[in-house]
Formats: sequence, structure tokens, C-alpha cells
Amino acid sequence: MNLQIVGVGGQGILLSSKVIGGAALDKGLDVWMSEVHGMAQRGGVVVTTVKIGEIVYSPLIGDGEAHAILGFEPVETYRAIKRAAKDTWIVTNIAPIVPFTVSSGKQKYPKPDEIFQSIEKVSDRLIKVDAKKLAQEAGAAIAQNIVMLGALTATDALPFSREEMENSIRKNVPEKFVELNLRAFDLGFRSAKEQM
Amino acid sequence: MKELLDDEPGKKILLLGNEAIVRGAFEAGVGHGSTYPGTPSSEIGNTLEKIAKDYGMYFEYSANEKVAMEVGAAAAASGRRAMVWMKHVGINVAADALMTLMYCGVRAGMVIVAAGDPSVHSSQNEQDNRYYSILGGIPMLEPTSPQEAKEMTKYAFDLSEELELPVMIRTTTRVNHARGIVTFGELKEPAPIAHFEKDPGRFVAVPQNARKNHPRLLEQLGKAGPLSEKSQFNREMPVEEPELHVIGSGAGFNYVHELREANGLPISILKLGMTNPFPDERVGRFIEDAKRVLIVEELEPFIEDKVQAIAKKFNPALEVYGKHTGHFSRLYEYDPNVVREAVSKLIDVPPSEEPLQAEDFALPSRPPSLCPGCPHRATYYAVKKALGKREAIFSSDIGCYTLGVQDPLNTADFLICMGGSVGAAGGFSKNTDQKVFAFLGDSTFFHSGLPALVSGVYNQHDFVYVVMDNRTTAMTGHQPHPGTGRTGMGGPAPMVSVEDLARGAGVEFVETVNPYEIEKTTEVFKRAIDHPGISVVVTKYPCVLLDKKKLSKTPLKVDQDKCKRCYMCVNKLGCIALVKEGDDVVIDTTLCIGCSHCAQVCPFDAIGPEVEQ
Ligand SMILES: Cc1ncc(C[n+]2csc(CCOP(=O)(O)OP(=O)(O)O)c2C)c(N)n1
Repeated sequence: MNLQIVGVGGQGILLSSKVIGGAALDKGLDVWMSEVHGMAQRGGVVVTTVKIGEIVYSPLIGDGEAHAILGFEPVETYRAIKRAAKDTWIVTNIAPIVPFTVSSGKQKYPKPDEIFQSIEKVSDRLIKVDAKKLAQEAGAAIAQNIVMLGALTATDALPFSREEMENSIRKNVPEKFVELNLRAFDLGFRSAKEQM
Repeated sequence: MKELLDDEPGKKILLLGNEAIVRGAFEAGVGHGSTYPGTPSSEIGNTLEKIAKDYGMYFEYSANEKVAMEVGAAAAASGRRAMVWMKHVGINVAADALMTLMYCGVRAGMVIVAAGDPSVHSSQNEQDNRYYSILGGIPMLEPTSPQEAKEMTKYAFDLSEELELPVMIRTTTRVNHARGIVTFGELKEPAPIAHFEKDPGRFVAVPQNARKNHPRLLEQLGKAGPLSEKSQFNREMPVEEPELHVIGSGAGFNYVHELREANGLPISILKLGMTNPFPDERVGRFIEDAKRVLIVEELEPFIEDKVQAIAKKFNPALEVYGKHTGHFSRLYEYDPNVVREAVSKLIDVPPSEEPLQAEDFALPSRPPSLCPGCPHRATYYAVKKALGKREAIFSSDIGCYTLGVQDPLNTADFLICMGGSVGAAGGFSKNTDQKVFAFLGDSTFFHSGLPALVSGVYNQHDFVYVVMDNRTTAMTGHQPHPGTGRTGMGGPAPMVSVEDLARGAGVEFVETVNPYEIEKTTEVFKRAIDHPGISVVVTKYPCVLLDKKKLSKTPLKVDQDKCKRCYMCVNKLGCIALVKEGDDVVIDTTLCIGCSHCAQVCPFDAIGPEVEQ
């Protein structure tokens, strides 16, 4: 199972890949992931790869090799599109984070709907998640990353059941935030199921 | 990360490559650790900050890599196992110490982790540090995974002790920042405090001793040769009736191994983990009956050149493919695409899944940027305001403040290395007709900005020396430094004062300002510009990421009735929370931390806290 998680520095991507990696460890599977630390964490593009299997040989994937793309931001989802193939699940947050190259008026940010339509022309496995709204519903906007994990779990991309993922959340987030995150996970899960 | 201290051999846990290196050092009984932070090595120190004390070892952030190397050398020369780690370019800083240390050698194991950054994810270059192993005569190991990074670290201490030479572990970003399952071995007690036995003939590198110690180094390296030949980290992975032979190391090996396993390709692989001394015989035997060999290694043709030389003896007809034949590039890191393409040129590889091809959108770029509320942005704004229409050269340095290179600040014109802003500023001041600024951070000041300041005072350079003091080493993850009052192990420390050092060096103009007060800061810069000689301005305000409470401060709002669409805020300050929506400027409330820089910059008083409107 090859998963590409993409987004912007500061969106909590490291935690979500840790939760997935933890679930793999619990299940006795091999896992190898590649993370981004350093300069890009200052609001740059963050690309994390998670690979899970009986044996995993490397921490990166090539074009067409992702079984799922988890996009925390529409443009970043789109940037990663060539990693996907026809059967790849593409789970994306719908809320843009506008880079300063755009907010300063120098470059243009495409309309998210146009991005999604263009993906839908080549894939019938796009799932759109309003992560911010759902996270706020669960109790706090910072839980967006776990909302996204819930949505991803609703697809059959991950080799884990819903319970296995929830257990890993319990182990990997600070205790006082577990309930909040489980609510966020549930809302994401249901939002994706409704679209499938 | 307390789990790294668990004494449960066989336990499997998910570790970052850098955490695995720490565990490897614990399994080897390391007693001393020293470093200066740098991506992708920083998490080794970040981890030890939290647990070195519990483990019982000594750990410090030194002022720079050279010092880190020297304190580590003394520990190992005294008989206490020592680890020193840094990014690839850090080795350049430490190289003076390292080259002669190799002549003297060490008594207890000394391991040097040199973390490379192919593709320049977070660095100023992508130099291939494996050549240092040749230059210095340093035995070298190249791990491919977190598990192997742990094993190699542990083994490197034994190897170093056996040879009485420091050993280098050369990693790359995809090992340091890969996370994988690591199986624990036995935890060892940290090496205790030692007693240095004097041996000036060995440890005092005056010429007559150096002349004796150089042959000693060569002799010890000679002993390392056979160890490399039989190293467990060099591994043949043959297939029957191979159509291609591959020799690979580091991350490159992983992709070719994966390609073979996923497609059942007829490739015999020799994985090399100990690459200095080079296992000539072993490579010779591997290529003896081969027709074609492809070398898979990132960056320079380090292995490829050796294989070509070895082939002359073992198999002169061998076709060697790699960088010299254009199958691979000397640039950037590899990935599965790159390796697949190279291998496909030599044997049939089944195609991968057809990648999705969506229509081409022009996507906006997303370079990293200064955070909302970053004091560096306010400093840059004030400098440019103070200059007005006057031109100046901005000699920059390495840290978060380097991001001033971007629009609309454009406050970096020259940058080559850490501490380099200062020497270069002096050079510009003596050789051009322009006004000059040097911009460097507080951590960079202590790293290498200080000697250049002294040199500038002595040589009567003329520039404004701006120490952008955000009270931390921000870019690499907020490590403490000599100015912070905190040690690497979390204890209190004397706060070394930038201002006192500058005055002590003989600088007359030394002023400290709070960059959050933009007008006052601008006034100080105006005076600094007019002051002849070197004027030092310390802009002091803590990194906004350090002060979490500030992050929840009330966001500001633009009063659209008062706003005259002059775009001073967007065009001169350029905070990422200021967003242009049509003709309006609005504030992204999820990003804004209420620092008020834009409110201070606005000529029409149109920006303020929401409540007042
Ligand atoms: C020789 C060398 N060592 C280490 C680094 C890694 N590095 C990049 S920026 C930086 C420190 C920056 O700290 P500071 O000067 O205080 O600036 P800040 O990021 O806090 O603004 C370091 C250590 C490097 N690029 N080169």
C-alpha cells in the first residue's frame, strides 16, 4: 500500500502519518515512510510518503504508484496527481491555503472547483472533505488532520479497519485530545462514506 | 522519545532515521555527544535534548561544528565513546579539526555522522561528503534505512575503537528523515568519565609528530581494508542467470532493490554499506563474470570511478553504466522514477501503472516564507524604510531571515555560507561604491559571525552589522545557543551577550532595538547608516513560534472604508496573512497573530483590532 500525503507546512501531516505508521506496527506489517523536516515546514509544500506491506523496500514512490493520495490542500492534491493511477483514491480537503505568491497578487490560485472537475475528468475516485468545518464541529479546527484520516479510512486503501485506526489515534495523540480526535475521525469517515 | 531508553532487546518501534542513530549510540554506550544543528541531522540533537540526561551521557550544542568536533575529539582521545553529528556542510567547518584528528586517532570509539542533502531540500549546496573519507582517510559507512542506521552506528563505535580512528557515517535526507520499524538490541551503560593519558607524540600535531602520525593513519587504514572486504554491510544479492549487475549504495540502492523485487527482474545486486576503504576484492569478484554493471549512487560517481578502476584488473571487457554514460545524473536525489528509467535503458522493465494525466493548470508556487508576526520581517521593513531611495547591498546569511530574499522584501543579495554575511559585507564595503548591510541571526553570530566582526573592526570595514536576535536557532528547530541561557541538556547557562562582545571588539555604535517597534527601529537604522565604520544593531524579539501564547492573540482587521488601496502593507511588508481579494486587502484570520506590523505600516490607520470597529 502506497500512500502519498501532501499539504502545507504546519497542517499536522507528521501526526497523521505517525498514526498510520503506528497502525501498521500494531498489525505486524512492515512500514517505511519519508517525512519532511526543515525549511519546508515554514509554510512550504510538504510531501510525506507512507508505504506498508509484508516487506517494504524504499521510502518513496514513483508516478502512478500511489494507492491513495491524501491531500490537505486542493492545489497540493493537484500537484501530486501524477503519483496516482486510475484506481487511486484521491481524498482531498476542499479549503485552499493561499500562498503568498498569490496573496501578493503575483500569481493566480485556480478555483478549487475547477481543480476538482479536472481531477474528476480522469478519476472517479475523488472524495472531497470539508475538513475545517467538520473539525470545528468535532470541537477544534486543529483536528482537521484527523478528519482527513477518517475520510481516508472510509476508502479501502489502507490495510486497516476503522477500529485499528482508532486504536492508533488513542496511542498517538495526547490523552486529553483523544475524544475530540475520535469525533473528528468519525465525521471524516462518514463524510467520505456519503460520497462513495 | 523516552522509549529509546527501554532495555527490551527485540522490541520493535517506529523510528525516524535520526532517532535510530541515537538508539544505536545508546546500544554502543556512548558517553559524549556534541553537535551544531543542521538539516537533516538536527533531530539527533533534538532527541538528546530530551533524553541525554536520563541516559546518563554528556551532550552539548557547541557554538559551531568545528568546536563540536574538537570537544568530541577530546572525549574520544580520553577514552570516552563520543558521537559528533552535523549536516554535510558542517563537515566543511569542522574539516580543519577532522583532517589532523585522523592523524592522531582516538582511544575510544568516535563516530561522526555527516548528513547529506541531495536535492538541496534545506541547504546551501548538495556536496557529496563521501570524498571527505578519501581526503581524510576516514573509514566510512553508508546506511540505507533507519534499522541499518542504528546497526551501523553501533558497529561504528566498535570499528573506530578497533582501528583507533574516527569513523564516519554518511547519511542522506531519505535516511535521516525516513521513518521505519527498528528492532532494539541491548542497551548499554553510557561510557563513564575518563582520565586522559598524555601522549604528546601522538596527540600534539607538531611537524615531527605529524610526519610520524601520517604513516600511522595509513597503516590503520590498511587494517580497515580487510574489514571492509568482509563487512556485513556489504551484501551480494545474486539471481540466477542475471542479465544485469548492479552495485548500489545509500538511498539509491533501495529503489533498485524495490524495482527488482516488484518485477522479478534478472538483476544481481551488490549493496555496498562500507565504502571506505573500498572493498576492491569483493567488488572484483562480483563483476568478474558480469557483462554489464549499472552503478546506482546519488550525487558524484564515487563508486563508479572505483569500479572502473577495479574492472581493469578483474574484467577489462566489463561495460560500466552510470553517470559517465548518462544513465544517471550527478544532480539531485534519486527516486523510483529515476531508477526505473535508468534500468529500463538496459533491460526490459514492465511498465508501471499509467499515471493520471490531468489537464495542465498553472499552479502557484509555494516557497517557504517568514511566519506572520516574524520579527525578521519587521526588521527588514525598517531597514528599507531607513534607506529610503538610497541603494544598498544586503549581504545575507543562513537562517529563517534568509527568506527575506523573497518578494517584496528582497533583502538578500549575496549568500554563500554561515557567517559569510560579515566577511562579504566587508569585502563589498572595500571594493564597491555602495552602502552595505550584513544580516545574520543570533545563532549564526556565535557560529562564525564573531571572528569576521573582529576582522572587520581591525580592517576598518564600513557597514551596518545587523544581528537578528530571535533568541533561538529557529530555522533548524529552535535549538539553544550561547545567547539563550540554556544548555543542550536543559540546564541553565550564562547568557553570552552579543552587545558586550561587539563593544569588546571595539565597535563604537552598538544599539539594541525591539523590531516590533517599527518606527523606533527605523530611526536607529537611520543613525547606523550614517555612522562611519561598523555599526552593530541588535534587533531583539523572540521567534513567534517560541511564544505559543502569542499565536492565539486576536487577529487584526482591515477597515475597508478607511483603506485607500495604497497596498503599502502588501507591497512593502508582505506578511502572508495579508491577502489581496480583488482590489481589497483582507486579513486571513487563521494566519494573523495580531503582531500589528501591518497596522504600524498603514499610512491611513485602516488596520486594527476587530473590536474597535
Ligand atoms: C555550516 C552550516 N551549519 C549549519 C547549518 C544549518 N542552519 C541553517 S540556518 C541555521 C541557524 C539559524 O539560526 P539563526 O542564525 O539564529 O537564525 P534564525 O533561523 O533563528 O532566524 C542553521 C544552524 C548550515 N546551513 N550551515
